[in-house]
Amino acid sequence: MAGTAIPGRLGWQLTRLVEKQIETPRVMTLRLESEAWPGHLPGQHVDIRLTAEDGYQAQRSYSIASAPAAGRLDLTIEGLADGEVSPYLSEVLRPGDHLELRGPIGGYFTWTEANGGPLLLVGGGSGVAPLMSMLRYREAIGSDIPATLLYSSRSWDEIIFREELERLSADPAISVIHTLTRSHPDGWNGYTRRIDAAMLAEATGEPESGRLAYVCGPTQLVENVASALVSIGYPPARVKTERFGPTGG
Amino acid sequence: MGEFEDEETTRLDGNAAAGVLTQVFCGEPSGALIVCAGCGATSAVGALMAYGLELGAILRCPHCDTAVLRLGAAGATMWLDLRGAVSLRMRVSDSAS
Repeated sequence: MAGTAIPGRLGWQLTRLVEKQIETPRVMTLRLESEAWPGHLPGQHVDIRLTAEDGYQAQRSYSIASAPAAGRLDLTIEGLADGEVSPYLSEVLRPGDHLELRGPIGGYFTWTEANGGPLLLVGGGSGVAPLMSMLRYREAIGSDIPATLLYSSRSWDEIIFREELERLSADPAISVIHTLTRSHPDGWNGYTRRIDAAMLAEATGEPESGRLAYVCGPTQLVENVASALVSIGYPPARVKTERFGPTGG
Repeated sequence: MGEFEDEETTRLDGNAAAGVLTQVFCGEPSGALIVCAGCGATSAVGALMAYGLELGAILRCPHCDTAVLRLGAAGATMWLDLRGAVSLRMRVSDSAS
């Protein structure tokens, strides 16, 4: 894929904001385009750099949520009120504005069909973004590798990509399981607790030799899930993690 | 104790430091294999524990917590401290997939 074919150093490049899409009350997707964008591997991220008029710079990493495509990419971000970069991206930046980024980055937390499966994707909050890139890529190439997404959100309204996930799960090889940890609608009969070993065991079923897990979200969720996966028999080397720090879930 | 708890929730993966590392490495190093001088374990750079990305990066061994790789940034100058590593094996051609 094009993302691996960049020789030498990765420089900063300007991209253009095409559209902002509200996903949930706290999350939006920035649709960016740039002729120089080479495409990416599902799971990769970019670094965003903002420069103030006085030269002060702030930098943050955001996962790419879209399927790989040359020339465009989607970043799904939480507009954290106390953050330094996210409020600017969610409130100030307008379509047509330019945004400086470096990427695609991260050859570690990536999945392509050649990596095999079955896939277990575990996400918390906006940690679903790189997992969504994997699911969208899987659909785009018509892969039949089974995939399960176990996704923790605070409430029904905070499930990012809810309708698209419903549509994707019409594929019998895809299973999407939600847990709602703070509040849930009347009649909800899904999980209502934090992801634990029992939930992971139910989601994954019988151990299969090629199984691969990708876990992304707030650091604490990622670390709890990663050790729970090892405790139910996943080889540590088959569990890849992407910590988002204290926020994100 | 507070500091410790803070570290617990703010640590990231070495993968998150890949962008800043591209400033000193020719290529993207998250898939490179690094051998810890503390315990001898081999890890992908992307699988190390990353701290302090605001100021550069400290990448620690996930097995023994040794600071395997430290990157400091001071204006236009960067310094790389690899005394916690025995070796770093990195693919430099662009043919890796």
